[in-house]
Parts: sequence; structure tokens; C-alpha cells
Amino acid sequence: MALEEKRAWMAALVTACAYVTYLVIILSRAGDVPLAEMPYVAALLWTVGAAIAVTIVLSIAAELATPRDSRRKDERDREIERFGEYLGHSFAAIGGVSTLVMAMAEVDHFWIANTIYLAFALSSLLASVAKIFAYRRGFQSW
Amino acid sequence: MVKSTKVTNSIRALRFANDEMTQAELAERIGVTRQTIIAIEQGRYSPSLEMAFQIARVFKAPLDDVFKYPGGEKS
Repeated sequence: MALEEKRAWMAALVTACAYVTYLVIILSRAGDVPLAEMPYVAALLWTVGAAIAVTIVLSIAAELATPRDSRRKDERDREIERFGEYLGHSFAAIGGVSTLVMAMAEVDHFWIANTIYLAFALSSLLASVAKIFAYRRGFQSW
Repeated sequence: MVKSTKVTNSIRALRFANDEMTQAELAERIGVTRQTIIAIEQGRYSPSLEMAFQIARVFKAPLDDVFKYPGGEKS
């Protein structure tokens, strides 16, 4: 497996795990307090920070474990990366527009922050899944 | 869902005709990963024109001996 494909798998798994962990933390606190009044900032920052740290560590480990001839990034890797990021950006744009509308409607910060976090998580997940699909099933640049 | 290419290639046959060149050797000579050579051989990836020329040059063969596009030949 090429290094870039391993990175796509790692990004998908780390993003999914980080977001699910965040949801579990937030929902486990849900009780009598309305969601919008729940403290969420620390959990959000920790899960995002941990996801970045784990991705860096896994990326280094994957590079060390990959044979030298599979480490280089060639034109196919670059095209697949562009394709994945292009698809992933759709969710980032949807998240941006949604939160803009929510801010103008003066919705609680909790919902704005969580909408943009969800959008980033979905964006990263879609980009990674598209890349994995392109590596596994084939990719034509036209 | 993913369009498959109509372009076929003879890379596998040419590798065997050239002292059984391995996919790794071919990849090394044109500066790509072995996975990309595998994807091209299996029709899962269409290389750029530049890479196609590089592959043909390795085998010292004209481009259309390496890659074929069916339906366009004139008798």
C-alpha cells in the first residue's frame, strides 16, 4: 500500500474516532441541563488537539514502516489528493454558510461551534473516503 | 461509479519481453510508486501523456505500441 493511501486511511479513522469521542463526552454529560448550556470548549479542543497529535505520530510510524519505493508521492497521488480535497471542501463550504446564517440569527455559540466542527469532521471524512475509493477502485483524471 | 478507461496497455507484456523487468524497476526508472505501475497495468489509472512517453522510452517502443485506444484505427 502506498504511503499516501495509508495516510488517507489514518485521516478517516482518526477523524471518525475523535468526533465520536467528542460526541460521547458531550452526550454523556447531557442530563437536566439543556445542550446549549453544556460546557463543550475543553472537550472540543482536546479531541481536535489529540486528533492532530495522533495523526502526526501515525504518519511518522507509517512512513517508517513503508518500503522506500512506496514512500514517494507521484502524479497519481497528487491527482487523488486534489480529487479528495475538492470533494471534501463541499462540506466545509456548507458548514461555513450554515454557521454564517446561524450567527446572523444569533443562535447559541454551542450550536455554531458544533455545526462547524461537524462540517470539518465530515469534510475530512469525505475527502479521506474519496481518496481511499480512488486508490482501491481506480481513478481517471478526466 | 468510477469510469474505467478505454485505453489499454501492453506494459506487462513489454516488461516480460525486457528481461522480465519488475514493476518496482519500472517504477524506479520513471520515478513513481510500484502501486502506480500496478494501477496503470490494471487499467485503474490513466497516466499523463508525459508519464506515458516516459514508459514508452523505457521500453524503447513507440507510444502506440505501449498504449492502445480501440476504435480509432484506420486500415
